[in-house]
Amino acid sequence: MTFELSHFTAAIVFAACASTVFGITQRNHPRDMLRYGAYCFALFVGGVFVASWAMWLLKH
Amino acid sequence: MANVQNTTATGTAKTGTATNSSMAIIAPIAGWLLPGLGHFIQRRWIRGLLLMLAVFIMFFAGLGMQGKVYGFNTGDLLDILGFVGDIGSGLLYFIARAMDWGAGNIQRAVADYGTKYIVVAGLLNIIAAVDAHHIAIGKKQ
Repeated sequence: MTFELSHFTAAIVFAACASTVFGITQRNHPRDMLRYGAYCFALFVGGVFVASWAMWLLKH
Repeated sequence: MANVQNTTATGTAKTGTATNSSMAIIAPIAGWLLPGLGHFIQRRWIRGLLLMLAVFIMFFAGLGMQGKVYGFNTGDLLDILGFVGDIGSGLLYFIARAMDWGAGNIQRAVADYGTKYIVVAGLLNIIAAVDAHHIAIGKKQ
């Protein structure tokens, strides 16, 4: 079984899974877990956009 | 009568401590072997399920992208670290090795992502196993 993910989709799946684990393991209460997981996800995805634009600027 | 009650209370406390100390060892090992199991045996059902899903999705997505599963090696430092990360997935790693999954494919760009997915799945599982240990020793709810 093989499948093809685009670079962006691969980054989003990675961000979702890593944020889930970070949220659950780094906070004590469910509400804080959810908040921290969302925060990590936003940082991951934001980092993807920043890195993408940085690479685009380097190329041009 | 008071003595009997005291003895019983002490006995219960000792049993509780023994249970906690054994759980402190069993939970992280169980969590390492099967992602989420360390939380399941402590009745953290939703957390365990989410952790299991996260690690399983990453591991099998990595395999699906034709990522490489590292075997034991003493070669390049990055290969050694790759093995250390991979083995964090516990039984998933051993099953993948036994089934000869994860041969890798250097011709596909996303195969390298797959390799990283598999390594990170193992590392996330180690974090989850440590979390199960923290719950067992009462450091976390």
